[in-house]
Order: sequence, then structure tokens, then C-alpha cells
Amino acid sequence: MGMTITEKILAAHAGLDQVVPGQLINARLDLVLANDVTAPVAIKEFKKLGRDNVFDRSRVALVPDHFAPNKDIQSAEQCKVMRDFARQHEVENYFEIGQMGIEHCLLPEQGLTLPGDCIIGADSHTCTYGAVGAFATGVGSTDLAAGMATGEAWFRVPESLKFFFYGDKWHHWVGGKDLILFVIGKIGVDGARYQSMEFDGEGIRSLSMDNRFTICNMAIEAGAKNGIIAPDEKTLEYIKARAKRDYKVYKSDTDAKYAEVFEIDVAEIEPQIAFPHLPENTRPVRESTHVKIDQVVIGSCTNGRLEDLQAAAQILRGRKVHKEIRLIVLPGTQQIYRQALAEGVIDALVEAGAAVSTPTCGPCLGGHMGILAKGEKALSTTNRNFVGRMGHPESEVYLCNPAVAAASAILGRIASPEEVA
Amino acid sequence: MIEKGRTWKFGKDVDTDVIIPARYLNTSEPEALAQHCMEDADPEFTRKVAQGDIIVAGKNFGCGSSREHAPIAIKAAGLSCVIASSFARIFYRNALNIGLPIFESAEAAEKIQQGDMVEIDESSGLITNLSRGETYQAVPFPPFMQELIKAGGLVPYVAGKAGKQASHV
Ligand code: SF4
Repeated sequence: MGMTITEKILAAHAGLDQVVPGQLINARLDLVLANDVTAPVAIKEFKKLGRDNVFDRSRVALVPDHFAPNKDIQSAEQCKVMRDFARQHEVENYFEIGQMGIEHCLLPEQGLTLPGDCIIGADSHTCTYGAVGAFATGVGSTDLAAGMATGEAWFRVPESLKFFFYGDKWHHWVGGKDLILFVIGKIGVDGARYQSMEFDGEGIRSLSMDNRFTICNMAIEAGAKNGIIAPDEKTLEYIKARAKRDYKVYKSDTDAKYAEVFEIDVAEIEPQIAFPHLPENTRPVRESTHVKIDQVVIGSCTNGRLEDLQAAAQILRGRKVHKEIRLIVLPGTQQIYRQALAEGVIDALVEAGAAVSTPTCGPCLGGHMGILAKGEKALSTTNRNFVGRMGHPESEVYLCNPAVAAASAILGRIASPEEVA
Repeated sequence: MIEKGRTWKFGKDVDTDVIIPARYLNTSEPEALAQHCMEDADPEFTRKVAQGDIIVAGKNFGCGSSREHAPIAIKAAGLSCVIASSFARIFYRNALNIGLPIFESAEAAEKIQQGDMVEIDESSGLITNLSRGETYQAVPFPPFMQELIKAGGLVPYVAGKAGKQASHV
């Protein structure tokens, strides 16, 4: 019987020829990840396990990104717990401020997430790495502690859903963000609960890696266990420049079984806005232009990559941010930051009136660097618009792609890029 | 084990930012997290709950972030368990890994009203609504979870396996 790409990767890591949805397996892990919020809890649990060392110093990644650079004394203590642990256990992939980035932008860029890998991270957006053809899923800190100790984790093999994007009549200014928001709007925030979301079709193949990361990043926003895109030439070009160890390319069999197959014509998809307070509350931008906003955020593990900043700069170059708008831009990693500097992207953004920050999660989770007051509204390229996500419980977050964010920053309300282009 | 307590009802898709807002994640101390449990849904919540009380909610409880701080906050706030129509995947895993019992039953989630006294038999998954004289059957834990629970959670489970060869579950 045929298997999906997710089933094949899980089977290979469990040492089995075949797995079926629902089966419980114990799988070998290629990488385990934690950040400054989840690592301290994991480290506390790790210490209870009575192991002297992590299972493999080169396969543990620890990234201070959520409240780093340290927001306050408490976050400084949290980061310190992780830093001390990294030094004590000689964890090779610990990234200090100045080299770090938002974990899900950073690890693929560093070649740590490769096709065919089985990865767990104590962060729900670990599913981002599906964009390189890996099985990657978010877990809690206790799972992470066990993973760091043993290099293994248990999984229930998920059923798979297939999202097949066809056609080539793209709306202008539509990117990966709009594809995934469109899908979440269609199936809901639990539409793929416990399942694997596999993205395929010429629509996906035509997208850049940056756009593919954005799509897999938000699989969790539909409740999925993982999102995945089978590697093609674009993936391999991206990987070959970065990989320092072997990897294996898997593809779904033509007779693989899916719980459901969705076929979507890319022409159906306009730039999307997700209204408060769930990512499933989507509407086309053109029906959202009445919403006045106070702050615009461009960044995060969803849309803080080079192409995202380029798209924003393309719209903002030579224009000014509306005088009642605070525009905050957070490049995803130091490398992205430097490339954006070299290309004049940062200059264009700063000249337009953006506040550009060092890489951090910052406002994405209401941590620091742009918290909302009561009643304020933000338009953001991040992935969650839950109640209180960016600050006061009575503030509101709207989600969109970077081009829409930039156009809206100019007009002071939700706006289509076409209105300013 | 039998859980017994008064119920507090919430809606569907209760996310981890409601359970414990991210702005409080600069600590992982259970007592500190407990003070802000469910704060954005009901600012008075932690002052009103008594030891052993039970949260009842609709579908997809615990969606959103992977933060283990969410079940930790619920447990540290004194709640004995959560009953929901369904749970988000990571929350489900985390809750059992840290020893917060959770029960899936759409019928219970719908019929239990705020303030009902409810009793749950953990091993059979039978939920008894003492206020209304009704019973509902929750999905029993899958076998691997029963093993984890028997061991007292993932950490003692793994610690118990230390030294032994890893086995395929
Ligand atoms: S950018 Fe936001 S969603 Fe991404 S890892 Fe950071 S806090 Fe989480």
C-alpha cells in the first residue's frame, strides 16, 4: 500500500517498512529545539531524568528569541538558565544575541533542518520545517526533555490531508500567507487537528522557499500536527548551499491514502485578512478597508524573511508611514538583516518611518517591542490574532501578508497594495 | 482515581493565550503562572475557583502555542481536570505529560452547566453529573497514555526506562 511523505519519514525513523495512520511509533530524532520560554521548563525536567548528557550535542538547538535581548530581569534569568545549560552540555547549536534569529527562520537558514528529517521543537511553529520536506512538529517541554535525553519521541502516525493548488492565474500581491490564510478560513482552526497537511501542485511548486516556509509555519493554526511540501529543485538548491550532513528526499506515493483532498485554483485566492480573534476569520482585503489601525508589525517566523522585507520595501520606498501609525519591522535573523541592509531594503523602510529592530519574537506574542494598549488595533504579518496576543486583552490583531501590511502603514487603515502601487 | 468538583464553563477554541497570556511567560514558576490562569476570559477566575474544580469547554481546547505553561497554570490554580468536546493536539500531549487529567466528551461538554457538581472516574472515563443525575462516557485514554499515566507522567516513564534499550512502543 502506498504511503504519504509523512508516513514514509515516520516509518524510516521508527525502523519500520510501513506505518498506517493511528499507529503508535517510537521514532529517532534528527533535531530537537527549544527557546527561552520553553527550554527552562524542559531543562528542569531533563535534570530529573538522571542523564549526564544530551543525546547528541550537534542535534540540539537552543535559541533565545522570545524575550531576548532580555526584556526584564525575569527573562534574563530564563535566558541564563538556557545559556548555562548550553555551555555545560556543550550544545553546538546555541545562538547568542548577535548571531541569533527567530528560531524558525534561523534553523533552516543554518542548514539544521533537512529533507527527510524527523524533528521536534518545544514551540508550536516547529511545523515550519515541513517546507524543506522534513517531518517537524511542536511538542511541550516535557516531551522535549525526553527528546534531548534519548533522541527519541513517540508519535501517533497522523492521517494526511492533501491541499493541491493548481492554475497560474495569480492575483497580484498574493503570497504564501494568503494561501495558508485562505485554507484556514476554509477548514477552520481545528480543520486539520491531529492531521498532516500536505501541500502540492503547480501553485506550490511556483512559490519560493520563503513563501513555502510561511505556508508550513501556519499549519498549526489549522490544528495540524505537521505541514509538509515534498522537495523539488528549489528545495534542493536551498538545501545544498547549507546542509552539513546527509539527508534523504521522500515523496508521497501516487496511491497514498488521504483523509481528504482539497483542490484549490490559485485564481480564487485574493490577498487575505484574518480578523480578530482567530486566524480562521478570513476576508479578502477588499472587504476590510474600513478598519483603521494604530500599529503595523512586519516580521516573525511567518513573514520575517528577506522576500517579506523586500515586498514591504517595494511598497514603502519613497513613501511615508501614516503619521498615526507605528510601523515596526523585525528581520527574522542576522543574515536576513544584513542582506536587507546590503540591498538598501532597511534604508527604504527606515526612511519611510519604520522602527527596525534586531531579530526577536517581540510583539508577535505580546512580549516586548510594541505592545498594544486597550482598544488599539494592529495589523500584523504574524500568525496569531488571539485575544490579548499582542498586549491588552481588549486590543485587536489582524493578520495579513507583508505587502498589505506596508500599504496599510501608508494609508493608516487596512489597504490593498493596489491602492498605493 | 476519582475527580470531583464544581464546574466552570468556557466556549470553543479556548486558546493557550487565554489559558495563560504570553505576557506572563517570562517565568515558568507554577504558582506565578497560576495567578493568571484564564485571566483574559475571566479576570476574576483564579479568585473564584476552589481546589478540585473542573473546567468544561467546547471543541479544540488548548489550541495555539506549545507552551506547557498552559496545563501547568491550570493544575497549579487548583483545578483537578478539564473536560472538553475535543483538545488541541499539543495541549493533549502536554497535559498528560505533566499529569493534568483531561477527558474528551462532546456530550458532557454540552450538557454540563456552569456550577454543576461533577465526578469523574479516571480509569473508566465515566463522568457523573451529580447536580443533574446524568452520566456521560469520555473517550478512555489510549494504551500508551495509560502506561505513561501509570508511571506518573513522561519524566518518570523515561527515567524508568533509563539504561534499558529503547523499545518501539
Ligand atoms: S515569531 Fe511569534 S510565532 Fe514565531 S516563534 Fe516567535 S513568538 Fe512564536
